[in-house]
Amino acid sequence: MDSQDILNFTFIGASFALYIGIAIWARAGSTKEFYIAGGGVPPIANGMATAADWMSAASFISLAGIISFIGRDGAAYLMGWTGGYVMLAMLLAPYLRKFGKFTVPDFVGDRYYSNFARVIAVLCTIIISFTYVAGQMRGVGIVFSRFLGVGIDQGVVIGMAIVFVYAVLGGMKGITYTQVAQYCVLIMAFTVPAVFLSFQVTGHILPQTGLGATLESGQSILATIDQLSTELGFREYTAGGKSTLDMFFLTAALMCGTAGLPHVIVRFFTVPRVKDARSSAGWALMFIAILYTSVPGVAAFGKYNLITTVNGDDGRGVAYATMPGWFKNWENSGLIGWADHNGDGRVQYAAGAAFQGKPEFDGENRNTDGSRVTLNPSDGQFDASKQPFANELYVDRDIMVLANPEIANLPGWVIALVAAGAVAAALSTAAGLLLVISTAVSHDLMKKCVNPQITDKQELMYARLAAIVAIFVAGYFGINPPGFVAIVVALAFGLAASSFFPAIILGIFSRRMNREGAVAGMVVGIGSTLAYIIYFKFMGGTRDELFMGISPEGFGTVGMLLNFATAFVVAAVTPPPPAEIQEIVHDIRIPRGAGVAQAH
Amino acid sequence: MSISRESADAYWKENVRIILSYLVVWFVVSYGCGILFVEQLNSIPFFGFELGFWFAQQGSIFVFCGLIVAYAISMNNLDEKYDVHE
Repeated sequence: MDSQDILNFTFIGASFALYIGIAIWARAGSTKEFYIAGGGVPPIANGMATAADWMSAASFISLAGIISFIGRDGAAYLMGWTGGYVMLAMLLAPYLRKFGKFTVPDFVGDRYYSNFARVIAVLCTIIISFTYVAGQMRGVGIVFSRFLGVGIDQGVVIGMAIVFVYAVLGGMKGITYTQVAQYCVLIMAFTVPAVFLSFQVTGHILPQTGLGATLESGQSILATIDQLSTELGFREYTAGGKSTLDMFFLTAALMCGTAGLPHVIVRFFTVPRVKDARSSAGWALMFIAILYTSVPGVAAFGKYNLITTVNGDDGRGVAYATMPGWFKNWENSGLIGWADHNGDGRVQYAAGAAFQGKPEFDGENRNTDGSRVTLNPSDGQFDASKQPFANELYVDRDIMVLANPEIANLPGWVIALVAAGAVAAALSTAAGLLLVISTAVSHDLMKKCVNPQITDKQELMYARLAAIVAIFVAGYFGINPPGFVAIVVALAFGLAASSFFPAIILGIFSRRMNREGAVAGMVVGIGSTLAYIIYFKFMGGTRDELFMGISPEGFGTVGMLLNFATAFVVAAVTPPPPAEIQEIVHDIRIPRGAGVAQAH
Repeated sequence: MSISRESADAYWKENVRIILSYLVVWFVVSYGCGILFVEQLNSIPFFGFELGFWFAQQGSIFVFCGLIVAYAISMNNLDEKYDVHE
């Protein structure tokens, strides 16, 4: 064990001790504490907890890498995953807080006076949350295997054990205060290396302004990356590749999906007053924006560092033997692969695939220069009029964040901090999702549908049992990742955008919307979105068959529009909702009299 | 409930008007500047960025934060005006 390992263990171990300590201090004693933290969370704390809940392994580890490789089109994720909060603050959170129940299915079931609507909402909640949580567990496993030298599977089990302690013991109360701590850890872990990196590449301390900086060559950093990219056969970094329509729909699906994700919405049930729901949405977005506005800088500097390090000063590639340590470390963990197509012993990076799919390694077998033997190199063909050589390098997008400190030669404690931050990001989101799943089972299914007679104590026991089962299922998916983890974005956001989002908005803004309209709308929205995603992601639909060129990730927007349209048409020809329901709608629009959420 | 039906409806109308005006800004900076007119805006230099690219990757997020803060303040005032605050 070298000194870096000791640092990694210390940082991750200390952060775990902190989370467990908080969980023991904030144990939940009633369903109200377990579901909504007793309803007394201050808005700033809720903002931080929401930010940690929201920013998952995908935001922390993958987002910068995605943008690094797709350039300007990455804006769909940047705007989509932040712009949703504007809608959340104005169209959903304050009224749902005033409604004052525990869950999203609670609102759907009560507002539309229908247990059928409630069950649809429960099913959507569970599907969305499970697809999402499986990716988090995997993320924990990957970080552990790289930084702590344990297997990915053992990493997943350790992650399960930690979440088990504070989600099952503490419920929402425990989760809320651990998420506050996790936010602090993850935001430091992201910004500290981002600042170092920005300063090294551009001389600016803030990555936000560094992205607009001019390099010593007199050219701006973005123009330099554009030039390097085109010389190597890539598209210009600042140019878009997706059609405007597709960008539009993708961004809208991510925004509406964000506003409709149950684990985010439920966080706004935990604050004391309606005005706190509004202000905590503002706090949440500000805390999120600290990371999200740093990401474009990290993405661009990472890309610049990668190209200049791999292709060297002369732009002709660097000999494998003289590659820096990080290159070999990440090759060992399988996130970098090299196939020497032209046999010159140098690593070259350009457009095109170096392998057929992801690189497959021949166990621990090594070439004479020490590089790993790979089994599936591509044919190495390239268009000599566009680029100087074939691409020989596979780079997993995740290393843009994970390897940054090493690429930039930052001190060991920064590397350890990044490891602790990545784990915090994954665990905080996983805990929020697991809680939503357990609540959906114990409260919405057991209490509201199956047996309304159960006592508060029994319900709490069901909630804990459901959380335990959910952790095991999530862990299983983390160890045996099914193919669907890759489409989690399309599925989770598409479902949230096409099911809850319209149903909740209509429930608040239309007094006339009735059970028939809402149920028909949800069924049509979910049905069309699922069919489209399944056809293109599982049944081999081709790109030319896409509806108006809209990618499956963006189809949630179409599903949402269909949901709205169906709901209006059906509601117009069926009877209006009963008077007491119209009274509820009247009531949730006025802040006064919210009180804390009531058990019922 | 201490407030009248009419006053509650007027409060709600004003709330919807405030929401719509903020959502127009929200739409213009993100879908307008960041997606629909990004190419046109890119001809304008902005602190080393092309303006369209800046809106797409950073500017819109700053505006989103400002919008929520402005909305929260507007609504606190509106709550006081109609005496529906908690």
